[in-house]
Amino acid sequence: MASFGNFCILFALCLSGYALLAALIGVSQRRQTIVRSAEHAVYAATGAITLALFSLLYLLLTDDFSVSHVANSSSRELPVFFKIAAIWGAHDGSMLLWVFFTSLFCALVVWLNRFRHRDMMPYVIAVLMIDLGFFLCLNVFISNPFTQLAQVFPDGSYQSFLPTDGRGLNPLLQHWAMVIHPPVLYLGFIGFLVPFAFAIAALITRQLGDTWIRTTRRWTLLTWLFLGIGLILGGKWAYVVLGWGGYWAWDPVENSSLMPWLVSTAFLHSVIVQERRGMLKIWNMLLVIITYLLGIFGTFITRSGIVSSVHAFAASNLGQFFIIYMSAVLGVSLILVASRLQYLKSERRLDSILSRESAFLFNNLILVVACFAILWGTMFPVLSEWIRDTQITVGPPFFNNINVPIGLLLLLLTGVGPLFAWRKTSLESLRKAFLLPSIFAVATCAAVLAAGVRNFSFVVCMTLCTFVLVTIVEEFYKGTRIRMSSRGENPLLAAVNLTLKNRRRYGGYIVHLSIIFMFVGFAGNVFNQEASGRLAKGAELTIKDYSLKMVDYREGAGSNYQYRRAVLDVYKDGKRIRTLEPEQRMFTAGQQQTTTEVALHSTPKEDLYLVLAGVSRDGSVDIKAFVNPLVFWIWFGAAVMFFGALIALIPEKGRIGSTQPELAGRQTAGVNPGV
Amino acid sequence: MNNVSAKAKFVLGGVVIVAALGWLGFVGFEESKAYYITVDEYAALTEPREGRVFKLAGDVVAGSIDRSKPQMEFIIASNNKEILVRYVGKDIIPDTFRDGSTALVEGSAAPDGTFHARHIEAKCASKYEAEYDKRTTS
Repeated sequence: MASFGNFCILFALCLSGYALLAALIGVSQRRQTIVRSAEHAVYAATGAITLALFSLLYLLLTDDFSVSHVANSSSRELPVFFKIAAIWGAHDGSMLLWVFFTSLFCALVVWLNRFRHRDMMPYVIAVLMIDLGFFLCLNVFISNPFTQLAQVFPDGSYQSFLPTDGRGLNPLLQHWAMVIHPPVLYLGFIGFLVPFAFAIAALITRQLGDTWIRTTRRWTLLTWLFLGIGLILGGKWAYVVLGWGGYWAWDPVENSSLMPWLVSTAFLHSVIVQERRGMLKIWNMLLVIITYLLGIFGTFITRSGIVSSVHAFAASNLGQFFIIYMSAVLGVSLILVASRLQYLKSERRLDSILSRESAFLFNNLILVVACFAILWGTMFPVLSEWIRDTQITVGPPFFNNINVPIGLLLLLLTGVGPLFAWRKTSLESLRKAFLLPSIFAVATCAAVLAAGVRNFSFVVCMTLCTFVLVTIVEEFYKGTRIRMSSRGENPLLAAVNLTLKNRRRYGGYIVHLSIIFMFVGFAGNVFNQEASGRLAKGAELTIKDYSLKMVDYREGAGSNYQYRRAVLDVYKDGKRIRTLEPEQRMFTAGQQQTTTEVALHSTPKEDLYLVLAGVSRDGSVDIKAFVNPLVFWIWFGAAVMFFGALIALIPEKGRIGSTQPELAGRQTAGVNPGV
Repeated sequence: MNNVSAKAKFVLGGVVIVAALGWLGFVGFEESKAYYITVDEYAALTEPREGRVFKLAGDVVAGSIDRSKPQMEFIIASNNKEILVRYVGKDIIPDTFRDGSTALVEGSAAPDGTFHARHIEAKCASKYEAEYDKRTTS
């Protein structure tokens, strides 16, 4: 079965090579049949990779420890659910998963466009196959999950080696959020391949109007959503499993998935300017190239070990191949853009600083600055070693000092941008639009100050959140009122129909709303409290208005671990509200890892977060307690973001974009409804 | 200001924002920068160690972790050079921190020759990992 899996990925590599050649030959010879055969090869490659994935799954489920990946990431006693997750529990299998998702996207893109964009598709296929081929090469030659274990003898000969049990899935990964987190993130990294491929194809075929943007808009949004959810899942896991009390540490691997998210957010906004006003064409090209490369860069950082991180994937020699690939892609893309500059000229200029274009420009500026700053901070150890022969690391103060103001600026733009008109906003209409939100914002500011809060970022954050909230509510209110009076619908129906008829706009507002919730959650950080103590039975630890009484200490065993558990009664204002049982687990297989099971009491107002830090010989427990205000709103906001993006993703009936290729230089009158 | 184009205003605004952020970043950088070196490199340092923040990398010497004192102490080593570390931070010790794991301790030199760490990161023990050797058999 392992040989079969190995054969499948090798076969897929050959198929992707064929598809690349056939697509290019077909388009240069103008032979549609050859291009069609390339498409079939894409489907076949996807099929082969799927078979390979199922082979690996079979090997995992049948405990075949002669295969290195199975021995490294699974064990006999691992629950079936986690045996499946063991596919991406170690490096090699995760590469296979990556390749699997990539091939799925390729097949989907080819299939959805099988009757459209006939002129661009051969080049799209070529780009897709170059990317797929690169990762398949890594999979076949370097990170092959089907390699078998062998015992090497002093004379150089070797024989196959079958361990009795595997090393097991890293216990830190045996949690639902960690199971979903890699696949979701991969989808978020990989998905940008599609807009990138269309951008390159548009450059080659000189179709540099909106076609490539409109065709890939939903791909970009869906990928952006996956990346965002992947980031949140990682944060949730860090919060609940790592047990240090927080959800984001500016760790290099965390940063490497945040960076493409930031530039893709910029891209989602700047394409609106191109569609509406024919501006920023070069900028959008550069953004999509950078977004794609940052996605590759993200997986490069995680796998190459070039920057040290607590995400301890073993360092491998993959790094140099990634660098070569990324440099080649960057070089070729830039040359292509440079050669097509005449077709990428802006059709209009910026008329006024008080315009929606201007708001989008500032939005893009600060998102890109944030990304650059994070890149700088993350790669600084590597840079400093190169220049001064010593690695200098940079910590959270650097990242927070830059990103907190950027976040607040973004919040401001989120409220103000939609209030600006395209081209130029009159001061009169600005005054009217700003009035109500400003009143509420000032009221909130006063209330927060009156409550005694003096933290500048917190006050500004709450003020701006209120401002943005009111602008969004006003938008929904105005639109609903119009529908009610013109169509006689009741308020709820009107609101729903309003949203469904203008999905991009109102889905976007819902996403903006979710950002408000998440920022409120982040702001809660300012008031985090912690307390710790050693508690014998009956002793109490006080934090804020909670009192934690140590009731019992128990030891026992779970399915594949042993645990130590403290049982604590939680009293608030003198009344017992619940019992919390923070735990430590010791996993027996392989790595003998200990994990912390945080005990969490979460309310919208605050989280009470308990960690069992240690146990002493006399049975008293070391407890560390945190009160983290407002964390609930981060997860709530994430759910709202998911919902809002889904609405914007619902496809239109009928086709957007004609089947006629655009001639370079002739712009279709792109006024999109509802935006 | 009527004659100043919108584009110029944008550029001006952009420069102000980037400059402000750059300054904030610089401050944050100075606050948090740490020299990331191994224990043996630290021992071999000729420049003064006071006043600088270091991130030392070394393997935790088996049996050296002493949690009995109010501030945990342990020894990390690399290339036969060792140093005694006292943990003065408040964070919880990560689960991955134990005998043989690779530890990254961030802090500064104490006058008595030990190292006072404010943050500890730890990775899975690479020397003790029974990483299975990979060879294809056919």
